[in-house]
Amino acid sequence: MTAILKIENLVKRFGGLVATDHVSLEVMPGEIHALIGPNGAGKSTLINQLCGELQPNEGAIHLAGRDITHLPVPARVDLGLGRTFQITSLLDEMTVRDNIGMAVQVREGGNFRIWDALRRRRAIWDETDRLLAGCQLADRADVVVADLSHGEKKQLELLVAMAMQPRLLLLDEPMAGLGHLESQQMIGMLRDIRKEAAILLVEHDMEAVFALADRISVLVYGRIIAQGSVDEIRNDPAVREAYLGAEDELC
Amino acid sequence: MNRRILAAVLLVILAALPFIAQATGQSALLSLASRILIYGMAAASLNFVLGYGGMVSFGHAAFFGIGGYVVGVLYHHADTETLFWGFIPGTTQMLITLPAAILVSGAFAAIIGALSLRTGGVQFIMITLAFAQMLFFLFVSLKTYGGEDGIIVRRTNELPFLNTRDRAVMYWVVLAITVAFALGLRRLTKSSFGTVISGIRQNERRMAALGIPAYRYKLFAFILSGMGAGLAGALMVNVLRFASPDMMHWTKSGELMIMVILGGVGTLVGPFLGAAALLSLESVLASWSEHWPLAMGLILLVVVLGTKGGLMALVTRLTGGRK
Repeated sequence: MTAILKIENLVKRFGGLVATDHVSLEVMPGEIHALIGPNGAGKSTLINQLCGELQPNEGAIHLAGRDITHLPVPARVDLGLGRTFQITSLLDEMTVRDNIGMAVQVREGGNFRIWDALRRRRAIWDETDRLLAGCQLADRADVVVADLSHGEKKQLELLVAMAMQPRLLLLDEPMAGLGHLESQQMIGMLRDIRKEAAILLVEHDMEAVFALADRISVLVYGRIIAQGSVDEIRNDPAVREAYLGAEDELC
Repeated sequence: MNRRILAAVLLVILAALPFIAQATGQSALLSLASRILIYGMAAASLNFVLGYGGMVSFGHAAFFGIGGYVVGVLYHHADTETLFWGFIPGTTQMLITLPAAILVSGAFAAIIGALSLRTGGVQFIMITLAFAQMLFFLFVSLKTYGGEDGIIVRRTNELPFLNTRDRAVMYWVVLAITVAFALGLRRLTKSSFGTVISGIRQNERRMAALGIPAYRYKLFAFILSGMGAGLAGALMVNVLRFASPDMMHWTKSGELMIMVILGGVGTLVGPFLGAAALLSLESVLASWSEHWPLAMGLILLVVVLGTKGGLMALVTRLTGGRK
C-alpha cells in the first residue's frame, strides 16, 4: 500500500532559524496521523508548506505518488488535498449553506459561467443539503457565518473541507478554543470522517489525539523526535522530557 | 415585490422623459438623463470589480475613453474615407461601432488587468491609475485624432429604422441599452462566476483552499468590467458627439469611483443612483456658484458618513426592505 502523503527531508529556514528541520513522515490511506508538539515547534509552518502557502527550501512532498512540492495551492486541491484553518477562515458574508454550496460548486466546475443562475443548479444544492442533513449545523443553515459561535465555525470548517471530497485532510488544530462538550462532538465528527479521507491531525488536545490517532509524530524545534503508535509515544521518555517536562505524566 | 413596482414606475417615468422635457421646456433634462444613464453604466461596471470583486481599480476611465475613441476613430476614418492601420475602413453604423468598442476596451482591459492583477491593495490602485494616465497622454499626443482637442463626431452613429440624430430617439436607445445592461449585470452577479468572484472578495485564502486560482477569475471579471465601461464610453461619444482625452483623465476615474461609493458599493442600483446624484448636484450647484465643488464635497461627506453604505443603504432603510 502506498502512502497518500509522503514528506521527505523537508527543510524550511527563516533567516537563521530552521523552522522545519529535515522532517519526513507518511500518512497511509484510512489513517489518522497526529502531529503534536509544544508551541513554536513549527507545526503551522509544516502545514503551510503542505498546503502550498509556503515554499520549502529543501525536500519533497508527494500526494498519492505525485510530486506536489512546487504546485500552487489550488492545483494541490485539485489533486485531493483538503484543509481546515486553525483560525477559522470562511466566507463571512455568506450563510452556512452557501459556504458549503461554494465548496461543492468549485468541485463541480463550470465556474466561469456568467449566464447561468447558481440557485438553479440543483445538483449543487441537493448535495449541500445532503451534507448538512443530520449534523448539528442543520438548524443553522441560513445563518450568516459572521453570526456563528466559535464552535460552530470550527464545525463548518470541517463540513466545507468534507464537501470538497478530499483524499487527504490537513486539520490544523480543530479543537482549539472548543469547550469540553464541543470537543467531544468534534471527536465524533472526525471519527465519521476518517472513513472517507486520510487525516493529518495537528492538535494540542492530548485527549483528542490519543482518542483518534493511529500514529503520532512528535515535533520539537522543527525536528521529529519520535514517531509511533499511541502507546509508544505515551511511554517515550524523550517525548515526556520535551513535551511536558520529565516529571509530568502524559494524560 | 415593492421593489418591482418601484422599478416599473421609474422605468415608465424614464421612458416618458422626452415628453416631460418637451412639455416643461427643460430641454437640458434629456441630455442630463442620458449622461446619468451612461455614467451609471460605467460606474456599475467599475462596481463589478470594486464592489463585487474587491479590486479597487483607479483607472477605469481608460476603458471608458477607449470605448469612446473607437467610435470617434471609426467616424474619423469614415468621414475622411481613409483606412485605420491601412486596412480597417471607418464606419458610422452603431451596430458595428458598439460591439467594436466593447471588444477593443475588453482587449485593453485584458492587457492592463493581466499586468495589474499581479499586485494587490495599494499597488493595484496605483498601477491601474498609471496605465490610465499612460493612455491619456498617448491620446493627447495623437495629432491625427485631434490630440488634446479630441475628435468632433459630427454625426451620431446610425441605426437601421431609427433616426438617431433626433435627441429623443438617441435617449431611448441609451435607455434601452441601459435596461438590458442592468438586467445582464443582475444575472451576472447571481451566476456561478459572480458567486465565485464574491467569494474571492470575501476571503481569497479560503477560495484558494477550495481550489480556486484567484488570478484568472479576477482577470475575467476585470475584462468584463472593462467591456461595460467601453460600451458606456461609446454611447457617451454618440450623445456628446465628441471624444477627447479628458474621458480617460484620472479625475474621470475618480468621478466614477465617487459615484460607486456615493450610491452604494456592491449593489446593483447604487452606481446609477450615485451617477444621478453626482451629475444632478453638479448641474444645480454649478448654476449657483463657481465654487460649487466645495458644496459638493460637503454633501458627499454628509452622505457617505451619514448613510454608512451610500444612497442605496438610505433607500433600503426608508423603504424598510431587507438588505
